[in-house]
This record gives sequence, structure tokens and C-alpha cells, in this order.
Amino acid sequence: MTSLLNPGLLAHIGKSSPPRTELVTRRDIRKYAVATGQRGKQYLAGDEAPPMFHISLFWDVVELDQLTPDGISIDPLVPEFPLKRAMAGGVKLTWHQRIFPGDVLVATRTLTDIYEKQGSQGPLIFYEVTTEIVNSAGLPVVTEKTTRIMR
Amino acid sequence: MAVARIDQIHPGDALPEREFKVDNVELFLYNAVLWNAHRIHFDYPYATQVEGYPGLVIAGPQMGDWLSQCVTDWLGEDGDLESLEYRNRKAAYIGDVLYSGGSVTAVDAAQGRVTLKLFIRNQKGEEVLPGDATVCFPRRAAQRT
Repeated sequence: MTSLLNPGLLAHIGKSSPPRTELVTRRDIRKYAVATGQRGKQYLAGDEAPPMFHISLFWDVVELDQLTPDGISIDPLVPEFPLKRAMAGGVKLTWHQRIFPGDVLVATRTLTDIYEKQGSQGPLIFYEVTTEIVNSAGLPVVTEKTTRIMR
Repeated sequence: MAVARIDQIHPGDALPEREFKVDNVELFLYNAVLWNAHRIHFDYPYATQVEGYPGLVIAGPQMGDWLSQCVTDWLGEDGDLESLEYRNRKAAYIGDVLYSGGSVTAVDAAQGRVTLKLFIRNQKGEEVLPGDATVCFPRRAAQRT
């Protein structure tokens, strides 16, 4: 079988995006808590962030001209693959500490794997992005590994 | 002395189920707090006519959050969600009725850890978002920075 993944594509494994720093605010926690239907009073009051709040904190904010016509932003970490249609795969999250308003968090995204599998309807390319989030003391807060599938 | 929460948990215990009927406003608010402008979540003609979906698509991480809430609502102040892994198995759309729930798969009282099997199912009983989680007892001290 001929591989879709050439050495040039595989050379992207290990590349990281520049670290991004964000401040956690009570207002942003409250907005996230309402939008996700949280029941915990500490989340609705903005006293503590729900576990998956970091997804909203670090979603890429791009300018309008950087959005494609379907409204998504191009991930500069991911190379152009020979398969074009993307599907969500899975997510693995590990929490090391809870998040509170006033925390300053730093996220670094790394392309940690690219591999190929044969699906029932043809080849599939999988890629994994690992995001390490640390606090201002450099201690780990959240580790997130997201897998996406190209078909 | 009060019985520790983990000593009251046994394999096979069910976590409370919750029903979700997401409407356009909730889906909009979720994607707005993310700054996610993907049209499949708010542009009905685009989602159905261009992408070929049967309706507006509920965001995957939004359902992932409901899995995490299934755990945190069950835990209360007794423990912490330590890890969560989920798979996006099927898409879900505005108009679907979704249910979150799960069960205890293992208890390690000595290590203070419990593992859980979780699900988001649709009104047809299909698993939309299966997952697994680990929780730890007692709750970890907050690290303020």
C-alpha cells in the first residue's frame, strides 16, 4: 500500500506554536458556565472555572479576514494533508489543578503525532495536537490531547 | 466519624442521568464564548444545503462538557475530576434530545480513585459521545497563583 504520509509531512511532528498567555476572569467563567448549562453554584458565580473552561480561554481569536468562507480559522500548526475533509476524533484531558479567576495561564500546542489507517471507505489520516497549560509558576494545570481525522 | 464518600461507591453504581434539549440560543452562546464562527453551528442554509447536514450541528466540545458535568454534579465537593477521555462517534443536531449518564467501573479505595464509564446518547439510544473518566478523593487543595 502506498502511504499518503511522506517524510515532509511527518517532519511536522514535534512542532509547537508560540506559548499564549491569558488571564482568567470571573465574567468569562460566568459566560462559559451559562452557555454550558452548569449547575454548580461556584461555576455560575464565577468563583471557580468548570473543568473544560480552558477550551474557551484558548480558542484561537483571529481577525475576520483570517476566517475561511465556512467560518473556521486555519490551524498554522497543521500541514496541508492530501485528504481534505476533517472530522473530530477524540479528546483526552488530564487536570492537575483547578482554575480560578485571576489565574494567568499559558498554553503551548504541539503537533505530537501524524499517522495513517485504512478505513472501511478508504485511507484516513489521524493527527494529534497536545496542549499543555501551565500557571504563572510554571506548574501544570491541564493537559489536553485532541485527535482529528482527515478523510 | 462520617463514612468517607469513596467507601459508599461501588462498581456498577449509576451516575444520575440528565436530559439536554439544546436550542439555537444555547448553541449560539456556546460558540460565542469560544469565538467559534464555524457556520455549521448557526447558519441553517449553509449547514443543510452546502455541508449536507440534517440541521445545525451541536458542537463536540459542548457535549464533552456535559460529560464532565455528569461527573462533577455527581462528585459535588467530595472529589475532583482527574481525567476524561471521549470519542466523537456521531453528530447531534438541534432538535435531538440527548441524555448524559454513566456508571462506576472500578473503585480503588486505597489510592482514592474511581473510574467511570460515561455516555451521551440520543433519543434513538445511539451513543453519540462515549467516554471514560477517573476521579480522585478527597478533593485536592486549591493552588492559587
